[in-house]
Amino acid sequence: MTLTKNKIGREIPDYIDGIGNLIPYEGLFSFKPAKRKFSKKISSIKPGEGKLVESIKEAIIKTGLKDGMTVSFHHHFRAGDYVLNMVMDVIAEMGIKNLTLAPSSLSTVHEPLIEHIKNGVVTKITTSGIRGPLAEAISKGILDIPVIIRSHGGRARAIEAGDLKIDVAFLGAPSCDDYGNASGCTGKSFCGSLGYAKINAEYAEKVVLITDNLVPYPNVPASIEQNNVDYVVKVDAIGDPKGIASGATRYTKNPRELLIAQYAAEAIEASGYFVPGFSIQSGSGGASLAVARFLREKMIEKDIKASFALGGITGQFVEMQKEGLISKICDVQSFDLIAAKSIGENPNHYEISSSLYANPHNNGCISNKLDIVILSALEVDTDFNVNVITGSDGVIRGASGGHCDTAAGAKLAMIVCPLIRGRIPTVVKKVNTVVTPGETVDVVVTDRGIAVNPLRKDLIDKFKKTKLPVCTIEELQEKAEKITGKPRPIEYGDKIVGIVEYRDGTIIDVIREVK
Amino acid sequence: MKIKKAAIAGTFESSDITVSIQPNSENEVSIRLKSSVEKQFGDQIKKVILDTLKELDVKSASVGVNDKGALDCVIKARVETAVMRAAEETKFNWKVRN
Amino acid sequence: MYVPGNNPGMVKDAHIYGADSLMFDLEDSVSLNEKDSARFLVYNALKSIDYEGTERVVRINGLDTPFGMEDLEAIVRAQPDIIRLPKTECAQDVIDVEKEIERIESEAGIPVGKTKIMAAVESAIGVMNAYEIATASERLMGIAIGAEDYVTNLKTTRSLDGIELLAGRSHVLLAARAAGIYAFDTVFSDVNNEEGFINEVKLIKQLGFDGKSVINPRQITPVHQIYTPSQKEIDKSVRVIRAAKDAKKKGSGVVSLDGKMVDKPIIERAQRALMLAEASGIRVSEGGNDID
Repeated sequence: MTLTKNKIGREIPDYIDGIGNLIPYEGLFSFKPAKRKFSKKISSIKPGEGKLVESIKEAIIKTGLKDGMTVSFHHHFRAGDYVLNMVMDVIAEMGIKNLTLAPSSLSTVHEPLIEHIKNGVVTKITTSGIRGPLAEAISKGILDIPVIIRSHGGRARAIEAGDLKIDVAFLGAPSCDDYGNASGCTGKSFCGSLGYAKINAEYAEKVVLITDNLVPYPNVPASIEQNNVDYVVKVDAIGDPKGIASGATRYTKNPRELLIAQYAAEAIEASGYFVPGFSIQSGSGGASLAVARFLREKMIEKDIKASFALGGITGQFVEMQKEGLISKICDVQSFDLIAAKSIGENPNHYEISSSLYANPHNNGCISNKLDIVILSALEVDTDFNVNVITGSDGVIRGASGGHCDTAAGAKLAMIVCPLIRGRIPTVVKKVNTVVTPGETVDVVVTDRGIAVNPLRKDLIDKFKKTKLPVCTIEELQEKAEKITGKPRPIEYGDKIVGIVEYRDGTIIDVIREVK
Repeated sequence: MKIKKAAIAGTFESSDITVSIQPNSENEVSIRLKSSVEKQFGDQIKKVILDTLKELDVKSASVGVNDKGALDCVIKARVETAVMRAAEETKFNWKVRN
Repeated sequence: MYVPGNNPGMVKDAHIYGADSLMFDLEDSVSLNEKDSARFLVYNALKSIDYEGTERVVRINGLDTPFGMEDLEAIVRAQPDIIRLPKTECAQDVIDVEKEIERIESEAGIPVGKTKIMAAVESAIGVMNAYEIATASERLMGIAIGAEDYVTNLKTTRSLDGIELLAGRSHVLLAARAAGIYAFDTVFSDVNNEEGFINEVKLIKQLGFDGKSVINPRQITPVHQIYTPSQKEIDKSVRVIRAAKDAKKKGSGVVSLDGKMVDKPIIERAQRALMLAEASGIRVSEGGNDID
């Protein structure tokens, strides 16, 4: 296997069996798209014909799903998802094998996939993230073909370019009519935005909607539209409401997270981007949400209103919009009950697809218009590269998500994280796996100090005028190691178990098996 | 010091370590380690425990440890506490610690 | 800021929240069967952790408990800045502790006199003896009032406006000033009552206290904000100092500002305001240290 060093110094194989040729990452926008948009075959339905089928099995038979095909799902039900496991169990029972699984992401509830992998039902996976026992099993090499980790924008890019061709998409629909108009805003399993499902519906060869809430035709306005849908199946439950959208996201009281958030909010205020009409995205972690809360106070104090909030949306931004502090909300995923309800009731709270959200080869990618993004990290290194996919032990445990997409698009990409978690340093010399390249990361805010990317001299100057504890990223790394002691380096095996695709389709890093 | 009975120190909270010590019939020091950061710091944790036991002149003990990411100084403190309890001593010889 | 001594999660980095002083507690926040754990933990923490310049205080158990002596033997050797005595009732309590500290410092090769003492009075008799306590030792740098035990001793309860603490607070403050040492106020336990906390800090600042004990990082910023002089106060103080400097230059014994006479107490208050401003990180061009 020949390895080539990419722009950030990671070694990438030229070719992998089962995947094909790989192009190493060469810089933010170095790869120029040259293809036409992929499209599915024209299909039609006659008057009098219906799309409703009796069971998932019948739907699978009708779609013509065969060995070796690619199936996809969305992850809007998060840890409350029933759909993926339900469908995969039926597929396995039917004896179909060798499938490529292409969900938008995977969570701990998808542990049953381990059996399907062992039995040869699934032989290849592409996803944004993997967690729990499934992730551990994959890290130990249970799959022969490496998983392809794609960001949300990267997945949309791959689907639109035809790099990822989906044969059958099985999409959970909280409300659905008999012709396939689906929405996420009503029903017992309501989840709000169906942003990650839309692209599957538009590009998959066959689309099956699975609902526990069949409503009278026409179910409009619809997130997934009838013309993209082939079959509709009703089941008892598509998800567990408690796991889908549990209550309202609670504000953290953790002093460490509040301290980080305070520093971050002050840094944003001093950055020059905190001006009327600014746009913002925040992650859903405790510290990230607390930053938004502190910014809210400053927005009221200085009469600064935001033009839009983007991304995975929590009730916090919905409340701020109600207060008149945010004009529009562009929602690709609704994280809690308040956000999920709001998108159905509020005309200024919009659903957007993952392609519009983050696809770098989308002519209107909203991430490009983002001023400020607040992100978390499992690890950050002294080159400002960020790891959000593998833990300090090298085992897969997270997701690429919209991290590299929004960091590339935003004018100010800020990482908020504690310097040390338990005894594990967050700031290290070299991260185990790079998901987001350092050139897109501007500031790292920890509870023990703030580091600014040397590429951003303008920010360094602006922060000098504040009382923020600014230091170099090397100083942060040294401080972390001084406190924890030096961790033993991870022992990797030779087998590559995952490749991390950057949003443009080039490969930014690989994940090796952990011994 | 001589380990006379079983004793335990520490809690299961994050950043802490539970150390339980018992007499060892084999007349040696043995450590059973369970740690949330075993891969990265397992060896270091064992080293701190052994060094502390040596400093306390404990030649025979069966040590069971459940670590939740404790720093070295915390490990040392919990081992010292457990040893004193297991040795049934109440007055530590602070004079040698300056 | 109080730091429960048997809590490694808090002990390991309590200094990141900006408290001016950390008080590692071996006394009331540690249960009786964990006194040994806390002692070893605080000892080892003080010896290994870099608290980056934050003042380190340790509250030991009283010498009248089975734990106090062991606490001293351990903690003095760990070299904190200050040892806090709980429930001090008379000067002898201070003298007894000082004797032991001196002995341990000599044994350990620590410069004798290095370890300072802070005394907390937590009873009626302690408050009555505040002045003799405050002057009992050269090492005694401050005296504090501990409200919970004190109020129980008085046979009443704590209220939000704190009238039951008035006599105790005033007495302790008077003793501190008469002795030329610092005065510290007690904790406010309801962390969620931000308004109540702010009112109490304003009160004790007005009474003259130098600082407040806090039990949660959230309480730190309000204390700093209240103790930071306003821009108006700073401007006024700068003008007062300037007027005093001008008078000195002219050789005049009388300082005047805006047509009014400015006498020594006003000048001293202006100096104190500027000192607090500097401590808060506000840059003041005139320090006023060189005035008579």
